[in-house]
Formats: sequence, structure tokens, C-alpha cells
Amino acid sequence: MPKGKLFGYGGRIARIDLGGRNVRVEPTPEDLARNYLGGRGFVARILWDELRPGTEPLSPENKVVVASGPMAGLFLPGSGKIEMGAKSPQTGLYGESNMGGHLAGELKFAGYDALIIEGAAAGPSYIFIDDEKIEIRDAAKYWGKGAIQTEKEMKDDLGEDFKIAVIGPAGENLVTYAVVSHDFGRQAGRTGVGAVLGSKRVKAIAVRGSRGFEVADPEGTLRKGKEMYEACFAKPGFEEWTPYGTAGVTDWINEIGAFPTKNFQTGYFEKHKAINGPTLRERILVLDKACTGCPIPCGKYSRADYRGKTIYVEGPEYETIALMGGNLLLENIEDVAYVNYVADELGIDTISGGAVVAFVLECLEKGLLTTEDVGRELTWGDPDGVAWLLERIARREGVGELLARGVKSAAEKVGRGSERFAMQIKGLEISGYESRYAPAMMLAYMTADIGAHHNRAWAITYDAAVGQDKIEGKAWKVIELQHVRPLFDALGLCRLQWVEIGFELSHYAEMFPLVTGWEYSWEDLLRISERIWNLTRCFNLRERPDFGRAWDLPPARWLEEPLPSGAGKGRFVSRENAERMLAEYYELRGWDANGLPTPAKLRELGLEFVLDSLNLGA
Amino acid sequence: MKLTVREELCSGCRACELVCSMRNFSQPNPKRSAVRVSGAFPAPGRFSLVICDQCGVCAEICPANAIHEVGDHYEVDPDLCTGCLICVEECPQGAMFTHKDDEVPFKCVACGDCVAYCPRQALVDEEAKVVWAGVEARKRAG
Repeated sequence: MPKGKLFGYGGRIARIDLGGRNVRVEPTPEDLARNYLGGRGFVARILWDELRPGTEPLSPENKVVVASGPMAGLFLPGSGKIEMGAKSPQTGLYGESNMGGHLAGELKFAGYDALIIEGAAAGPSYIFIDDEKIEIRDAAKYWGKGAIQTEKEMKDDLGEDFKIAVIGPAGENLVTYAVVSHDFGRQAGRTGVGAVLGSKRVKAIAVRGSRGFEVADPEGTLRKGKEMYEACFAKPGFEEWTPYGTAGVTDWINEIGAFPTKNFQTGYFEKHKAINGPTLRERILVLDKACTGCPIPCGKYSRADYRGKTIYVEGPEYETIALMGGNLLLENIEDVAYVNYVADELGIDTISGGAVVAFVLECLEKGLLTTEDVGRELTWGDPDGVAWLLERIARREGVGELLARGVKSAAEKVGRGSERFAMQIKGLEISGYESRYAPAMMLAYMTADIGAHHNRAWAITYDAAVGQDKIEGKAWKVIELQHVRPLFDALGLCRLQWVEIGFELSHYAEMFPLVTGWEYSWEDLLRISERIWNLTRCFNLRERPDFGRAWDLPPARWLEEPLPSGAGKGRFVSRENAERMLAEYYELRGWDANGLPTPAKLRELGLEFVLDSLNLGA
Repeated sequence: MKLTVREELCSGCRACELVCSMRNFSQPNPKRSAVRVSGAFPAPGRFSLVICDQCGVCAEICPANAIHEVGDHYEVDPDLCTGCLICVEECPQGAMFTHKDDEVPFKCVACGDCVAYCPRQALVDEEAKVVWAGVEARKRAG
């Protein structure tokens, strides 16, 4: 093959300077591709190289990196994932979020592996990409509109075959947990990339590609792709898991005492059957909706009637059922679908958004906030109240201003002990797993690079498999998962075929060389994943010289308050046990006692360049 | 093979577009697929598919006589095609396609891969000569 020719890649990176209204297209560097693969790897390395430490996240100096991966857009199961990253306005640390839909492939079909969006536009704008043509266009007519409405209007204006990512009013108004939305229900939901786009006045990114891209071995790629689909079709989970998607896990999570309920006051919700997967399917489902190449569509596209209004929403998926269902005590699926719709249209992350509302409700319950402070009477189980509060947040009106930076920031202002139930780690709200009776899951949250998100290591199944009360021996599994799962995010793939229906990882290892022409083993790929993991840890350290062990601890509620009900009644992970897990984790990772990568570890992973800007001792 | 669709089953995954372009153009590229998926969202929330039912109108109206019946389907002969694109305009299904890099249009050649690999079985061969790949895969898996 010709030197410098990349197979499986779009082959180019577009740098879009909004302030200078200048677009520069460069070949994707082969060493970047070989050493970081794509997706999350590209985001991490580009942000490391290009962001000055201390960059204000909502300033023009921050950059948004949108990156597809070498296995995205292919005829293989789950090839529809794209990464969006920036320094996070929510955490002040490394920020990155993963999104499904059809943008990952489309970007490559247009000939691009990544977009680097820098500077800030003078007025509302959108980025238009149609193969070679890249333009910064006026978006005044869309500004202020909801995310779903904007995507619909833009499709009407540009053509149905454009794949469009948009922000809602929350992103425009710099709510730090604003999402980027796409495909009428997919979101890059975490760490506030939507707010960074908002600060750059980018309402949307619209992409259409007709070039396609080349793979190293087309015949082999087609043959292996067929084999992969056949393997999925033959799994029992193909038929058993798909009807409910992620919502199907609700009952089990509740049964093992891990369903976030009433702002994580407990891990068991009595009304869980009213908001679970089968109820969703029976009452509100319109159709099963898939991302690119997916044989097991988890998208449960729904229609619900709420107080005489018909709403359409993709979901609710499990995380929304947890954070906006049980955690707010909403007791029927239509109510959860309605608040899901409100959050999606406003462009608010349903995880962080649910956590913020729950925090307010507990503050009211404990007398730390009053009805006058909030501006309306609010109670648990009140979907109208949730919708009202989300609207205030997205518009930053009244109490919305207090809440627009998440629970950590809100607790700092409310004070009086509220930080103990501000359910976040590193400033990112905890997603859908109450972990006091699931120590591996707790450790996964504690050590996730972006803050308390589950996608780095869904270790809760390991807790259930080996003992939910066990502390020892959990760390290695968390590390193993933190290498496997984020690898999907570097390759442009969805992990759910593997996680949910038992599709074998060996398939991806066999496919990778057929696509790229590079003879990497699975172990080689995992090594790259470890490299990325260490790099994001170092990014956080570079931003905050005090970064380390103290940043990895969960809120006091998880370390001190026994669960009051459910399978985990009476359980919690003591501070001492949390520290023990961390010590074991750091040691297995080759990090020091404060949780910082050692120079030896960094050299071993090919990250010597990191040492120049960090003070890591010998 | 006679292709037909059950649109209500389509999830919009586009596996059909990807397998079609891989099989017939050796690259993943939905704009080089002879089957097309589009969505109607947010309401009513459904997908529709454009397919060729091998009706033969393209062969009848082609002024260059460049489209011929080959077994169970019609094919464009690129050597005879003048690129007038009358067939694209006249196709009742909208299933004769052009690509901006090409002068000659392309269409479904009834290879059956979209039927075999549609995860939802939304694409079906009415004659049942091509069946869903999951049938055999399940037998093999026991």
C-alpha cells in the first residue's frame, strides 16, 4: 500500500477557526492514527497538544474536537459512535462525550476523521460540511430554538440526508451540562460540550458525505462484517435484549439495590415496574431506532400524551429512567418520557439535569432552600415542577442561575452541609447506579477520567458476580474494563453488542487489520487504550496541580450513610474501604500513592512528552 | 429475487446501504448504495426505504438500449450508456441512482445481501430465494 495512505480513515482533519472564518484541511497524521486510533484517542491527544493549561472552558481559547474512529461507518455491528471533547466547563478537567446516531460514518464519508473547532464566531453560526465544501454559515434563524425543532428545520432546509448535530437553548446559555444532540434523540451528553459550542456561538454542525472511504481489504472486510452480523443474529440476546434496550435493566438494578432513588437517598424504588422497559414498550413505543450498523437497536422511539400534548422522544433509556424517574420519584413512564422530552428539547443532559433537580428537592426537604428561593412549590414526583425547573435552568432565570453549573457549584453556594448529598465526583453528577452496595461500580465512578460516568467501566455486573459486599479484588476488574470500554470510543464503535448480548471481542480484533492494514493484536489495542487513559489523567493534573487522590473520593453520603432500604439495606463503603480500593487501584496501574502516573509508566506507554509539562518527581 | 419491504420493521441502521456499497463498490458509502433509507422525525417517527422492484421501466425507456434484463434483474451496460439520465427521472421507485463522480447511473443488481443482512428483516425476497442470514447462523449455533 502507498506510504501515508490511511485505510479505514476519512484521511483528513478539518480545522475550523470561527473567529478568523478560516477553514484549513490537513491530512490525518499517520502517527496520530497509529498511536491513538481515533475518537477518544484523537480528542485526548489534540486537546493535550493544543490547549494551553488553565484555558477558560467557555472562552474562545478552548477547542471542541469532534472525532470519528477507524471502525465507524463500516458494515459491522455498532459502527455509529463519535466523540466530542473539550476542556469541560462542568469540571474544569478533561471533557469528552460519546454519541451514537449517524454522524460518525457521515463525517468519514465526507472525507474527515476529525473537526477541530476553535475561536468563537461573532454571531450565531452553524458549520456546513458537504464533502470538500466547508462553510461557516449564519444560524440566526435557529438560535433560541429547541434542539429537536432545530434539527427538523435544518433537515427541511438542507436535505434529509444531512446528518446534523445541534445544541439547544441550554447550550446557547452556557449551562455547563448542556448536551450536543443528533438524530432526534442521541446526545453527547456529558461534561458540557454543548456549552462550549454555545460559547463559540455554534448552533449546529451539518454534514453530508458522498466520497466514502477505503479499507485495506474490501473483500475481507465484507466477509468479516457478514460473519459479525451472523454471530449477533445467533445470540439469544439478539431477540431477548433488543425489545427493551437499556431500559430492560431497570428491574435488575433495582433488585440489587442500585437504583438511584430520591437523590440517591436509597437504592430501591417501589414503583420501578411503572417505569421499566416492558412498560415503556407496552405503553409508549413507536419503533426501535438504531445507530449506524446496529443489529440490536436500543433506541426506543416513543410517543406519549401528557396533559393533552403529544410529545415524541427517543427513550427514555435507562439512565434517564434512573435519574429522572426513580431519582425524582416519577411514577409513570409517560411522566418520565415527558421530562425526557423537555430536557432533550432544551439540550440538557438528563443525567446531570436529573441530579440537579433531585438536589434542589432534597434541599427543599431539608430546609436548606425555601419555596421563595426557588420561585415555585416543588415536590418529589411532580413532572410539571421538573419541566418548570429545567426551563429556568436552560434560560438561567431566577434559581436557574444558581443551578446552571451543576450540583457541586450549587452546593458550594447553598452550603450548610449540602455538599454531602450533592451527588457528584470531580464535578460531574453521578449517573444511574447507586453504589454503596456495589464497590467496584463505586471505584469505577471514583476513577473515571471525566468524573462520575458509567461508560468507562460498567463494573456493577462484576459486583453482582463476585459479591456485592466484597472490597478486595475489585480494582483489577475496574482497570480491565477501563481499557476495554474506552477502546470502543477510540475505534468509533458501540460497546453494547459485547456488553449486552455477549458478542465476542475477538471479532473486533480480527476486523481491525482488514480495515486498516495494520497488524495490531487485541493486546496492542488495549495498550493504546491504556496510553489514552494515562494521558487524560495527566491532562487533569496539568490543569490542577493539586489533582490526585482527594479528587477521586465520592460524596460523604456514599461513605457515611447506610442505605435505608432495598437489597443493600444497612450497607455503605466506608472511607477506609474506599481508600483501600484506591490504593490497590493505583498500585495496579503503576501510579504513585497520590494517584499520579509515574514517569516510568509514562515512558513505558510512549508518553514521554507529557513529562515536559508536569512535575512528577523522579 | 423480488425485493419487497416491511418498512414498519426498519430501525434505520443502514446496514443495507453499507453492505450494498461494500458488495458492489468495494467501499462503505451510502451514496453508492442501490437501496436507501430515510427517516421522518420527530413525527410520526418512521423510516422509509427506496428499493428497486425490477419493474423494467428503465430498460423500456432507455434511448441507448443500455439497460438489459439479466436473469432476475436489470443491469446498466456502462459501455452503451450515454449518461442521459432519463432512466433516473423516469424510474417509478426512484431507485436509479447517480453519483456525482460518475457519468453512468447505477441500480440494484439483486445480489440479495441487503435481504440476508437486514437485522430487522425489513427487506424481504418475495420469492424466498434469498433468506435472512440469521436462519442459518442460528442452526449453526445450535
